[in-house]
Amino acid sequence: MIEAIDLTKRYGAKTAVDGLSFTVRPGVVTGFLGPNGAGKSTTMRMIVGLDAPTTGAVTVDGTRYRELPAPLHRVGALLEARSIHPGRSAFNHLLALAQTHGITRARVDEVIELVGLQPVARKRAGTFSLGMGQRLGIASALLGDPDTLVLDEPVNGLDPEGIHWIRTLLRRLASEGRTIFVSSHLMSEMALTADHLIVVGRGRVLADCSTADFIAQAAPAVVRVRSPHAARLSEALRAEGVTIGSDEPGVLEIAGLTTDVIGERAAAAGVTLHELSTRHASLEDAFMELTRDSVEYEAVA
Amino acid sequence: MTAVTYPRVIASEITKLHSLRSSRLSMLIALGLVVGLGVLVPWMSVTSWRNGSPTVGYDAVGRTLSGIYLAQIAFGVLGAMVITGEYATGSIRSTFAAVPRRLPVLWSKLGVFLVSTLVLGTLASVIAFFCGQAIFATKDVDAALGDPHVLRAVLGCGLFLAAMGALGLALGALLRNTAAAITTLSMVLFVVPIIVDLTPKGEEIGPYLPSAAGLTITQLDPGGPLSAWGGFGVLCAYVAATIALAAFLLVRRDA
Repeated sequence: MIEAIDLTKRYGAKTAVDGLSFTVRPGVVTGFLGPNGAGKSTTMRMIVGLDAPTTGAVTVDGTRYRELPAPLHRVGALLEARSIHPGRSAFNHLLALAQTHGITRARVDEVIELVGLQPVARKRAGTFSLGMGQRLGIASALLGDPDTLVLDEPVNGLDPEGIHWIRTLLRRLASEGRTIFVSSHLMSEMALTADHLIVVGRGRVLADCSTADFIAQAAPAVVRVRSPHAARLSEALRAEGVTIGSDEPGVLEIAGLTTDVIGERAAAAGVTLHELSTRHASLEDAFMELTRDSVEYEAVA
Repeated sequence: MTAVTYPRVIASEITKLHSLRSSRLSMLIALGLVVGLGVLVPWMSVTSWRNGSPTVGYDAVGRTLSGIYLAQIAFGVLGAMVITGEYATGSIRSTFAAVPRRLPVLWSKLGVFLVSTLVLGTLASVIAFFCGQAIFATKDVDAALGDPHVLRAVLGCGLFLAAMGALGLALGALLRNTAAAITTLSMVLFVVPIIVDLTPKGEEIGPYLPSAAGLTITQLDPGGPLSAWGGFGVLCAYVAATIALAAFLLVRRDA
């Protein structure tokens, strides 16, 4: 379990993380979402003791990371930027980390096999593709068989097969009762992987809920109606106090009513319907909706 | 339950130092420089002599150990890169995530590097000495290890090189950037002595600068205000002060 209490990090006048409080629970995959510059990486660096919080605290199972006697056995971390010397082989990189904890060479070989790097384990890491680098980073994180994993953008640079592999791996690790905390800016990916979401923007928590609730709240379902008498139906529904949008003639997008109710109202008004369907907002839409005001670097349209 | 201990961090640092081609290569180059110049300089001296060349008071020892002037740079730069290489590549994050208290990493790096450079520097100096003396022996100007101060001067080269390596490592830990550390090291070793020499107090301050002070232990007769071991002590004090400042900052700065 990871607990952040009023976690704040300032770099000079700039506040990267602004009073974050959250709990990451074991047994599920928790997604950590936010646009670039939202403070995700800084928060993760504070979890593993690389950066010290300006104020507040973050603990893993009740202990600050720097006070853990054997941190690799408690927390495995993959940090966004590469954390590997390009002149060293994958095996030697992992061996050097393993030796600090007295972890055996057999375990080093085991994690190399687990991430599928056996063919290149003795090659210099500088020759690795981004995807292979990520796999090596994940191997480092798994080295001590930790109960908690902190992964910053783990699917970055992975091909579809690699993305599927890590999704399956994370789900399996979570089902074993481990705490899995994964950051991403790929909303669609999180929809498939994460059970719970913590959404941040400009260093603040914007949402902390289950993935399903997040989608429902941030961008509610919309009912799409196609009808030759769209104007009449619109008139009939206006009284219900719903939001009605229209992209094209003859099509209504209605938020706030179910298809059942709309169908009944249409029948009562004698309106012919050609289409009546529910459109669920994607996580991408929900995320855009929520973080619209907190995007750090916004493109000017 | 396994935990992070000093012997384990030391084992890790040994793996790191010896698993990089660049560090193995730098060490071999340093060894080659000391031995190579230990042969070249005596050979050039001997071949330039004619019959009846001067032999009284000839410093046959110093001429076999001239390679240390170049090797000090190789060791200093390698020492800096032992740490700055980790910052440049980001591998310092993996290192500090495994050893979040950080100081064991600094002391283990320093210890492993000191032992490596001391063994290698001493070995190179001893080989250079014997090769050089074998050449001087053809003209009967050679020195023996048993002669006054010779053993101390030869082994002193190893100590001097290890201390220079440690100075580089200390600057690397302090500045965390390869270019900055190497530039600072070069300025301390080569530029500052020139500037100090131009000041009115040059002759008084000069012998106390790191390189000049440290070199006394490699000289049969240091001659200046510092004794052989006293001068080496001054160099060690510079190294210790730099390391202490680096250690103080290491646990306080964000990695």
